Amino acid sequence: MSGRSKGFDWRATPGLGTLTVLVLVFLYAPLVVLVAYAFNASNLAMVWGGFSLQWFEKALANSDLRRAGWNSITVAVTATVVATMLAVPAAIALERGRAFFGKPAAESLMALPLVVPEIVTAIATLVFFSTIGLRLGIANVAIAHIVFCIPFALLPIRARLRDMPRDVEDAARDLYADWRQVFIRVTLPLLMPGIVAGAMLAFIVSLDDFLITLMVAEAGSTTLPVYLYGMLRLGVTPEANAAATLLLALSVGVVLAAYLVMRRGGKAVH
Amino acid sequence: MSGTARVRTLPLLAPALGVILVFMVAPMLIAGAYSFLTAGAYGGVRLPVTGEAYVRFLFDRDLDDSLIFDDTYLVIFGRSIALAAATTVLSVLIGLPVAWFMACRDKATRDLLVLAITIPFWTNLLIRTYCWVLILRDQGLVNAALIGTGVTSEPITFLYSNEAILLGLVYSFLPFMVLPIYATLERLDPRLVEAAHDLYAGRWAAFRYVVWPLAKAGVAAGTILVFVPALGAFLAPDLLGGGRKLMIGSLIHLQFTSSRNWPFGAAASMILMAFVLVALVIAARRRAGQVAP
Repeated sequence: MSGRSKGFDWRATPGLGTLTVLVLVFLYAPLVVLVAYAFNASNLAMVWGGFSLQWFEKALANSDLRRAGWNSITVAVTATVVATMLAVPAAIALERGRAFFGKPAAESLMALPLVVPEIVTAIATLVFFSTIGLRLGIANVAIAHIVFCIPFALLPIRARLRDMPRDVEDAARDLYADWRQVFIRVTLPLLMPGIVAGAMLAFIVSLDDFLITLMVAEAGSTTLPVYLYGMLRLGVTPEANAAATLLLALSVGVVLAAYLVMRRGGKAVH
Repeated sequence: MSGTARVRTLPLLAPALGVILVFMVAPMLIAGAYSFLTAGAYGGVRLPVTGEAYVRFLFDRDLDDSLIFDDTYLVIFGRSIALAAATTVLSVLIGLPVAWFMACRDKATRDLLVLAITIPFWTNLLIRTYCWVLILRDQGLVNAALIGTGVTSEPITFLYSNEAILLGLVYSFLPFMVLPIYATLERLDPRLVEAAHDLYAGRWAAFRYVVWPLAKAGVAAGTILVFVPALGAFLAPDLLGGGRKLMIGSLIHLQFTSSRNWPFGAAASMILMAFVLVALVIAARRRAGQVAP
């Protein structure tokens, strides 16, 4: 009996390790293929013509692509700043505010951009801008991005507020700090890791958004993913591979940075 | 005085809520209204108010204005639901064992694995889908390898099939299944499994009676995160289906671009929203049902 007990390790189910490795290969191998093509001097699928940066040079020399890149960054920075500034008070209201009639409804509304399929958000926004006749070019794109960035910015800020001990804020209040002082001197500094993490998530989802921008953006205000989609439609080219690799690097870089910030923030709470 | 410790909720909430109401809720209501209007010649809509967009789903108008049953759009909806359901099932079958494996590791390995699954979760979907075009197309990696090794002389067309779309969807949304299941399994008290084992439960029994009841909540959350975006997917059917095997998402996109039938596109969006709402209600009921006993 004790032999059976020792011989049986429930933590080690046979085959699961292999499966997990296969899943990781499945997730990452296609990305490796793209990067390899982008650095391959030959433009043939199975021929390695040596390491080369020529496709990147060609991609970066394309002024439309550079413009789309700047549009992407302008939109992402605007959407991140505005969405985070809206999310901080909303998070405080939802975590620290007294319950009120309709609070569950308000919470569901804030999560709406997460549950509505992107294509529906995309056409609804297009129809809305067309109905009210709003044609501000890149600002239209930024407005659309602000909306779906809000719930992403909200998540880590709320999580941070939930983990933050209330006694520090209470102590400040007991020492006659008014709400403004409590917020600026106590709440905000403690909340900062959550705010940074929220802003980074907002930045990532804005940078990566394709479908909503595709429907909303007019000529001249397209972002990098939308421009890249246009390139890919015309055919697979090494230049498009290089542009895709640049966007991939940017996207993964921000994710890694957000991960590090959140980990450090998580440690600081306790 | 406890009143001072609490903040006034509404003024803080109003700006964010206002943005969502004006730029998300109102647009969806307007799109709903558009679905009952008539298509303008160059896109847009005009009067009169009509239910024609919804009639078009099932019927085609003959020259003499009589309705003929037409299953074109029904097939597209059926394909979308079938592909989204298959994506969800495959994601559970792959995701559950992977999540369990992750939960059984030590803290450092767990963190690393979570990061490895999280990176694709946040990585650009257009690029992730495009990678499969590079691999599967006629001049792609797989065909080059097959021709190079002499397995075949002519390239095999992998793209533009339901299977290619399914592969792309599973690839896109698998991390959305692994992460919520892992989040519930991570909280599992290992002593429960040990106790089950001490009571002579084998691997299967321990899984069935201890792990699964806890994993169910994660599977339910993952199902919503996978099924809903897969149902409305645009990129996988567009890039891997080549616009030949339409799904709801590509159908809606077409109505607002080359087909220029905004009311029909809006109606398709409303029907898609109805499916999503049904899925969400079922999930919410299940969650409520699980808490009750």
